[in-house]
Amino acid sequence: MKGQGLRLYAILYLVFLYAPIALLPIFAFNDATIISFPLRGFTTEWFAALADLPTLHLALKNSLIIAVSSSVLATSLGIFAARASTRYEFPGKGGLMGLIMLPLVLPEVIVAMSLLMVLLGIGVNLAIWTVILGHTLICTPFAIAILSAAFQSLDKSLEEAAYDLGESKLSTFRLITLPLVMPGIISSLLISFTISLDEFIIAFFLAGSEPTLPVYIYSQLRFPKQIPAIMALGTILVALSVLLLTIAEYFRRRGLKKTGAKDTGGFL
Amino acid sequence: MNNVPQAAAPAPIASRPTMIEFRDVHKYYGDYHALRGINATIKAGEFFSLLGPSGCGKTTLLRTIAGFEDISSGAVLIDGKHMVDVPANVRPTNMVFQSYAIFPHLTVEQNVGFGLRREGGTPAEKARRVEEALEMVGLKGFGKRAAHALSGGQRQRVALARALILKPKVLLLDEPLSALDKKMREQMQVELIRLQRQVGITFILVTHDQEEALVMSDRIAVMFEGQIAQLADPETLYRRPNSRQVANFIGVMNFLPAKVLTEAAGRIAIDVQGLGQTEIDATQAPGAVTGGEISVGFRPETLTMLYEGQTTTERETPGTIEEVVYYGDMTYYDVRLDGVDSPVRISMRNVFGRPVLDIGTRTRVAWSAGALVLFR
Ligand SMILES: Nc1ncnc2c1ncn2[C@@H]1O[C@H](COP(=O)(O)OP(=O)(O)O)[C@@H](O)[C@H]1O
Ligand SMILES: [Mg+2]
Repeated sequence: MKGQGLRLYAILYLVFLYAPIALLPIFAFNDATIISFPLRGFTTEWFAALADLPTLHLALKNSLIIAVSSSVLATSLGIFAARASTRYEFPGKGGLMGLIMLPLVLPEVIVAMSLLMVLLGIGVNLAIWTVILGHTLICTPFAIAILSAAFQSLDKSLEEAAYDLGESKLSTFRLITLPLVMPGIISSLLISFTISLDEFIIAFFLAGSEPTLPVYIYSQLRFPKQIPAIMALGTILVALSVLLLTIAEYFRRRGLKKTGAKDTGGFL
Repeated sequence: MNNVPQAAAPAPIASRPTMIEFRDVHKYYGDYHALRGINATIKAGEFFSLLGPSGCGKTTLLRTIAGFEDISSGAVLIDGKHMVDVPANVRPTNMVFQSYAIFPHLTVEQNVGFGLRREGGTPAEKARRVEEALEMVGLKGFGKRAAHALSGGQRQRVALARALILKPKVLLLDEPLSALDKKMREQMQVELIRLQRQVGITFILVTHDQEEALVMSDRIAVMFEGQIAQLADPETLYRRPNSRQVANFIGVMNFLPAKVLTEAAGRIAIDVQGLGQTEIDATQAPGAVTGGEISVGFRPETLTMLYEGQTTTERETPGTIEEVVYYGDMTYYDVRLDGVDSPVRISMRNVFGRPVLDIGTRTRVAWSAGALVLFR
């Protein structure tokens, strides 16, 4: 009996979670401007229509610039933080790491609002780079979490062995540390990229006149005739996100296998 | 030391030049006093072991030689040079790590040749050196293998080849055999001895296994709680331990309470519970006088249980068998000697025609004063 209830709960949960996403491709290929059943027929017209939307192209370009920059920044910061937290002991380390990880659970609207107030307060013009700043802030904790796991599974004596064999601290990092945590770095880049790409609140608050993809999508929802095209766009984004996360997980697992470490769970 | 073919007889240890010198080395981890005044010299070409229970500071001491640990005070000298401010990557030492630390993303030959990156020489020459090193450790033809696809024994050999290829003056080995099973471990012990004779450099081995240390070493430093308790060759350590602690850590030792009667001209007259009065040489009291309780120690194999009617030229003492443990080639008896509070352990080889005796049997035990060690 107990098992039955649990199973029903799980099924309802999954339906609730995935049904809306499943609707995206269904209507993206439906030959009608109105989002309703019954379906009218198959078309790729809406995907073709995406090519004629210059604002969309601008938003896409902005989003890509922001996502690439903030994932690279967050991952670089993550490497330093993860390295420091796994190799060195210093007073107040626990508290400091806690503070760095806080944005992970802080409501994004608060992060966005306070950033906006500070930026406006010091007289900065809102632009793409202010969004990059905000996204770096929220991506860094994810990067640290992923990279800490990668650094932790690295045997300290590997670095000592390279140093013992005559390499410098720097070349040891390049020849041993970096290749061995590379799967973690790639996984951090991909996950940060995905987070940034579909982030809405910070982009909405800090982008000024530059739209990003989610902001653009939101603005288009007011026009009913654009909705099938948005569905097509959404379909592409879902496919892309799934692909990126799969690649990220693949690299995380391959990294574990290579260094012979035990899987202690990851994000997926 | 036994079953290994002897190369040209090496010069006696004492006459060789000094390779490593510790001068009153102290090491603190925060408040924890990990090394408490280490003084020792290790000779060139010596197979030297640091032996002691887990946590006594063996690894820490080894790492001060490698340059991975700074010392809090004192000095470490390698080949006559002070090592303060000499970083690990330029010291003339190489290390075999407890975990082997094989680089998992490189092949066997890339691992072994790793240290050659900084050396001169053509690629062909380096490849030849790698091949030689692999051959030396019995891994000829394994060069192209991926490192993470090796067995424990093979990783160990790769680690050895990788450390030896740079021709260090000193090879440091931190419990290199502890991860191997018993058979493999015994095989590697013999191979390490052979390797050390072949390359002729100083090996410093960390181990908590007393048998391993006895089998492999020219000399052994027994450590307890950050200090060297005794530094001697295996036979001296076994036959003349300088404290009850050392005696207990290396093999089995029986103790009986004793009194010192007189001491003169290198001879000590003692009265031992159960054994009675006897006289020993002053060299049989190698330890310092601590002022604590006095006892006499002897190894299980220095006692002999006599057959019925068998006579001996040595001293003999009657007793009763309280416990019998049969090991196939050996039998261990716990015998309570008359007039003694606790039983002593006696080991007897099970030679043909000699039955294993039963619990409760009355027996006579032969012993000689020369096997006794006095602790006081
Ligand atoms: N980096 C360190 N920080 C603090 N204490 C340490 C550190 N390394 C070793 N110790 C302590 O020093 C003592 C000796 O350690 P170690 O040399 O590794 O012992 P052994 O190799 O004989 O087992 C142990 O009590 C250990 O806990
Ligand atoms: Mg140790």
